[in-house]
Amino acid sequence: MTEQTETKKDTVTVTVDGKTFEAAPGELVIAAAERHGIYIPRFCWHPRMKPVGMCRMCLVEIEGVRGLPPACTTPVAEGMVVDTRTPVVKKAQDGVLEFLLINHPLDCPVCDRGGECPLQDQTFSFGPGESRFVEEKRHFEKPIAISELVALDRERCIQCARCTRFADEVAGDPLISFVDRGDHTQVLTFPDDPFTSYFSGNTVQICPVGALTASPYRFKARPWDLDQVESTCSTCAVGCRVNLQSSQNDLVRMLGVDSEPVNHSWLCDKGRFGYQAVEHDGRVTHPLVRKGDELIEASWSEAYAAAAKGLADVRDLHGAGAIAFLGGARGTNEDAYAWAKLAKGVLATDSVDCQLDDGLPAAAVLGLPRATIDDACRAKAVLLLGPDLKEELPVLYLRLREAVVDGGVAVVELGPQSTGMTRHAKTTLLYRPGEAVEVARALTSGRDPMPDAGGVRGEELAAAAGILGRAGEGVVVVLGRPSVAESGRTVAEAAAVIAAAWPQARFLPALRRGNVMGALDMGLAPGVLPGRVGLDAGREWFSQEWGVLPEEPGLDAAGIVGAAAEGRVQALVLLGADPINDFPDRTLARRALAGAGFVVAVDTFLTDSSREADVVLPAAMYGEKAGTTTNIEGRVTRVNQKVTAPGTVRSDWIIAAELAQRLGGDLGFDSTAAVWAEIARLAPSHVGLTADVLGRRENRDGVVAPYEGEGPPRHEAPVEQIEAAAAVHQGETLPSEAVAGAPEHAAVDEPSDDDDPAGAGRPPLLTFAVGDAGSTAAPPAVDAYALRLVAGRRLYDNGVTVRHSAHLAGLAPSPRLRANPYDLDRLGLGTGDRVRVTSSRTTLTLEVAADTGIPRGSVALPFNLPGEGAADLIDGTQPVTDLRVETTN
Amino acid sequence: MAFRDAPDILTSRLRYEDSHTLERFLATGGYDGLRAAVARPADEIVEEVKTSGLRGRGGAGFATGQKWSFLPADVFPRYLVVNGDEGEPATFKDHMLIERDPHQLIEGIAIASYAIKCTKAFLYLRGEFALGHERMSRALREAYTHGALGRNVFGSGFDIDIVLHPGAGAYICGEETALLSSLEGFRGEPRIRPPFPAVKGLYQKPTVVNNVETLANMAWIVLNGGAAYAALGQGRSTGTRLLSLSGHVNRPGNYEVELAKSTFRDLFYDPALGGGIKGGREVKAFIPGGASAPWFGPDQLDCPLDLDEVQQRGSMMGSGSVVVMDETTCPVRAAWRITKFFAHESCGKCTPCREGSGWLEKVLRRIELGAGREEDLDLLLDVCDNLAPGLSWPPGQTTICVLGPSIPSPIYTSIRMFRDEYLTHVKEGGCPFS
Ligand SMILES: Cc1cc2nc3c(=O)[nH]c(=O)nc-3n(C[C@H](O)[C@H](O)[C@H](O)COP(=O)(O)O)c2cc1C
Ligand code: SF4
Ligand code: SF4
Ligand code: SF4
Ligand code: FES
Repeated sequence: MTEQTETKKDTVTVTVDGKTFEAAPGELVIAAAERHGIYIPRFCWHPRMKPVGMCRMCLVEIEGVRGLPPACTTPVAEGMVVDTRTPVVKKAQDGVLEFLLINHPLDCPVCDRGGECPLQDQTFSFGPGESRFVEEKRHFEKPIAISELVALDRERCIQCARCTRFADEVAGDPLISFVDRGDHTQVLTFPDDPFTSYFSGNTVQICPVGALTASPYRFKARPWDLDQVESTCSTCAVGCRVNLQSSQNDLVRMLGVDSEPVNHSWLCDKGRFGYQAVEHDGRVTHPLVRKGDELIEASWSEAYAAAAKGLADVRDLHGAGAIAFLGGARGTNEDAYAWAKLAKGVLATDSVDCQLDDGLPAAAVLGLPRATIDDACRAKAVLLLGPDLKEELPVLYLRLREAVVDGGVAVVELGPQSTGMTRHAKTTLLYRPGEAVEVARALTSGRDPMPDAGGVRGEELAAAAGILGRAGEGVVVVLGRPSVAESGRTVAEAAAVIAAAWPQARFLPALRRGNVMGALDMGLAPGVLPGRVGLDAGREWFSQEWGVLPEEPGLDAAGIVGAAAEGRVQALVLLGADPINDFPDRTLARRALAGAGFVVAVDTFLTDSSREADVVLPAAMYGEKAGTTTNIEGRVTRVNQKVTAPGTVRSDWIIAAELAQRLGGDLGFDSTAAVWAEIARLAPSHVGLTADVLGRRENRDGVVAPYEGEGPPRHEAPVEQIEAAAAVHQGETLPSEAVAGAPEHAAVDEPSDDDDPAGAGRPPLLTFAVGDAGSTAAPPAVDAYALRLVAGRRLYDNGVTVRHSAHLAGLAPSPRLRANPYDLDRLGLGTGDRVRVTSSRTTLTLEVAADTGIPRGSVALPFNLPGEGAADLIDGTQPVTDLRVETTN
Repeated sequence: MAFRDAPDILTSRLRYEDSHTLERFLATGGYDGLRAAVARPADEIVEEVKTSGLRGRGGAGFATGQKWSFLPADVFPRYLVVNGDEGEPATFKDHMLIERDPHQLIEGIAIASYAIKCTKAFLYLRGEFALGHERMSRALREAYTHGALGRNVFGSGFDIDIVLHPGAGAYICGEETALLSSLEGFRGEPRIRPPFPAVKGLYQKPTVVNNVETLANMAWIVLNGGAAYAALGQGRSTGTRLLSLSGHVNRPGNYEVELAKSTFRDLFYDPALGGGIKGGREVKAFIPGGASAPWFGPDQLDCPLDLDEVQQRGSMMGSGSVVVMDETTCPVRAAWRITKFFAHESCGKCTPCREGSGWLEKVLRRIELGAGREEDLDLLLDVCDNLAPGLSWPPGQTTICVLGPSIPSPIYTSIRMFRDEYLTHVKEGGCPFS
């Protein structure tokens, strides 16, 4: 071939079953054929994993090639002629099917997969009626538990290696493997080493037979009883796309949907099995109102009345600033918008925070230039300044891991302790808690030689700077809260320093709570209004619509909790927030709940915090309501309702609207669709992002805000109305008592021609710069006798989801204090010893463990595990928490 | 006879008791080949080997010089991996070369490494070869001390290290890509080709895999020239070859014969070779080249020992093991025994081989043990056809490696030749030979 012809064409021409088309060089025959409507049967091939060519179901004939090559391992080549239907191919495929069946137990009637099993389907369609195999089948003990979540029936296994490849290639947890050979080949775990991967459920989903089953789903339903709807997982803020499946109004299963920009079909086990919490018997199903020491079941009217009176009294006596809202990051965007409008537009308080001082300041999250997950995965380098992604945003970890392992993306990790990402990072800079700003300054200083900073040696900084470059070109900063024991402001300030030094760097927020990004976008934070605008910048725009607005910027979560503890905040509205367990400083949170005269909890369960409330309003959970949600990228996708909520439980936005009415306001919407229509009309970053736009085919994977597309095409049917009608059927409209007389379908704002989505007068979106994080107190000097606390989270924690999911609850580890072996030696301690740990808050007795991933001078204790722990030790009023560690005797 | 005139290329030292020692090796011209090789440009050595027409002795019979030239230019490091796994039933020639003349192999490895410009070679030696390991380890130490291995071989500036690695105890580990996986510490399972080892082999680097016997020829070729080697044999079957002769012959053993110049009949009956069939009985069938090879009947006794000729007649010389079966042999039992081996050794990676091998074995056992049915013969043939469509040689491949499609060889050839004996098993409800 001459050079010219070699470089000219970037596709190759292939012919499959007489159909000629262009395919990308390197594309596999099986994939290219499928794109052109020719389905080649397969078991082992999975589009998201490397081919193994094991099952041999996809054998085809290729002109000029001897034998029958598999379509799943053969890349297309120029002029290739493939035949998938010749008699020889057909016979070979029938042969493979027969081979797969000879040792297969055929216990379809008692198999979870029966009814949705590729092996069963192919056998019905193409298989022989009768077996020619008269010998004894292979036998194994069945099934065996290979982890708490997954059971394995080796008799059903067809040795496709999907599970083992997933565990090894995708999850990086090679804990299952083939053992033995020939027809004794079986999948097994290693002795005494169960398949404890955070991603194990994916193997069940991709197993082409019923060999792997999920303990939470086993025998729960048959495929033909299942009903499903596509939605978005809201357990964390990655926003994986899912199919939510129910049987008889119970959620029974969640399956990953392949969303190209987000989850590539994978889910983490917490997201996959967390639906169990929705079905938990302990849900709050009716409103509760405090009578003396007790919370007594009440009607909604009584409860609304009590809540409204309590809030109105505080407002009238102490002013709107004495009312504060905490939480709201777990609902839909519509819920968050409704709460923001109630708080800011009706009550006129700005002391609202959807985070519990465990994330980052809203201004940083909303104001830094953004990157998507794909941007991060295609970056030249990723700077990770955030939590342990494997623990907090698991599927983001999978995506980045793949980008490193297969795409060669260089990751520089900056944090107070090693994480799940450390082994994939080019370098990990372990800094002293509280000193992220110093490290960021040094890293971006361009100095040579590089000075030591924040406990990181100059050479290490220089090496990292060498990887990251000088202007941030091609750099994506994954930004979150590395430890709740150091102030989020310092991390935000560090980000501002990086953004200032590297104008080309982009940021991907790594905040964890399901819809925290949506809640921030909807204005559930102090100093901001919906649509990523500042309170003052947006004042004019919003006051026209909302009427009142807060006069002054309010308090953030730390401020609210502190003020409540001192009695300055008199009424606290908890939106699914449990500060006693989720606020970094438990001592202060307890005092706040005691100090606030009046507490309303909108919650799904009674938690340590909502138990203290005066009024508890039961809220709908995931799967019980429709709407939209927003992931870390700002990607807006739909969540859908699959089951009806128990008891008289309602969606948050309805509760907000009802409360507004009783407080003399009117939120002005009476359906989920109407809330969204208002957001798409008003919220500056979301203007034009109508339900219609979201519903378009090309937006299947959601739309990343700020929305820059054109406004809705006027000629298209107003989808909102259809949605509104559907919502009525799903019980998602206000109860008639609230909208007495409102015509059923008329509530939707029709786009009118003078609505200008590109709107003149629309306030500018927030930006974030050095100093905007507010004052960041420097950490105290290091005390040679003290160890500085690092508190990250674990996937399985003491949160509502895990605690109420029968199969996850037991997986939370018990807290151990991890320290560098050097420090333990110094203290005469070893792994397993029990120690007394003292902070300015309290003293705890804990077990220690040596961990070289903790830098000298620091100790790590996971946050929010069952029992006493980090929250009891952390002093939220200090930038860092220093601990004294002593032997117990 | 013609083969008697050929030089002993591989076995010249074996008449000495101490053939495995460095002293004997040096006294009989040892390492002269390596000295000569490193004094010449590497490419010339490759040319000599190409000229020699030497074809791989591991089974596939691929031209060695050509295989070497598939290495992409300028990609380093690259590796030479020596296949000493010798797992094919009834093959025992490499075993002898390793135990009885380890330095000859070391010299061959060093020459080949020099030719392909690699500085690290791996010798994957079947785990069960205890004496072979002992002798090879000792010989390697001696070779380093002698200056034949290590840095700056014989002052030439050429560096070569040889790593000795014990095999993992599975037949499949002799298949070159499974061998590479095993060598890397993974489960011994064949890999998908492409990429071929020459492009991405050991540790994803360009790699040549050669059989022990293949490399044992190197010193002779360097010292005598490729043309001298090519002058032996005929056509594309040049040089001499070690054949492992076993079964019902009077003198089983390894014999070095010049290729294409003699026939299977010579091999079985010549007094210096097989020495005739035991008890003066007749040949009923024979396997011309290892357990994977389709069987030949007595009508093929005059087939020359020529790779292409054997292949043309529907079988192969393969690994060089020839098994003779006389009239007392039960073909069902023999086919069953070989199939049992394959069923045991299938790595289990691909469906047809994993499931088919076990199924075939069970049916053959049933027939042999008296529970056969007439329809089992067609069943066997059809299952075989699903493993190797068309039932011809070389087989149509449905699997990752050629183990799977080789399984049918003894089955369909024995059924074709001895259908009536199979039917006797069925009718009589057992084996007429026992
Ligand atoms: C199942 C199987 C087993 C094999 N076992 C061996 C073996 O034990 N020794 C060997 O040299 N080649 C063996 N081979 C052949 C090798 O794959 C490879 O072709 C050979 O080592 C190349 O060396 P050569 O070119 O020098 O012949 C085997 C092949 C197969 C398919
Ligand atoms: S358990 Fe399922 S996924 Fe794993 S190898 Fe067996 S059939 Fe494939
Ligand atoms: S990573 Fe997050 S969004 Fe994805 S499945 Fe897990 S919890 Fe759900
Ligand atoms: S043909 Fe047999 S031995 Fe070869 S890879 Fe497939 S299963 Fe393994
Ligand atoms: S799908 Fe191609 S071999 Fe399994």
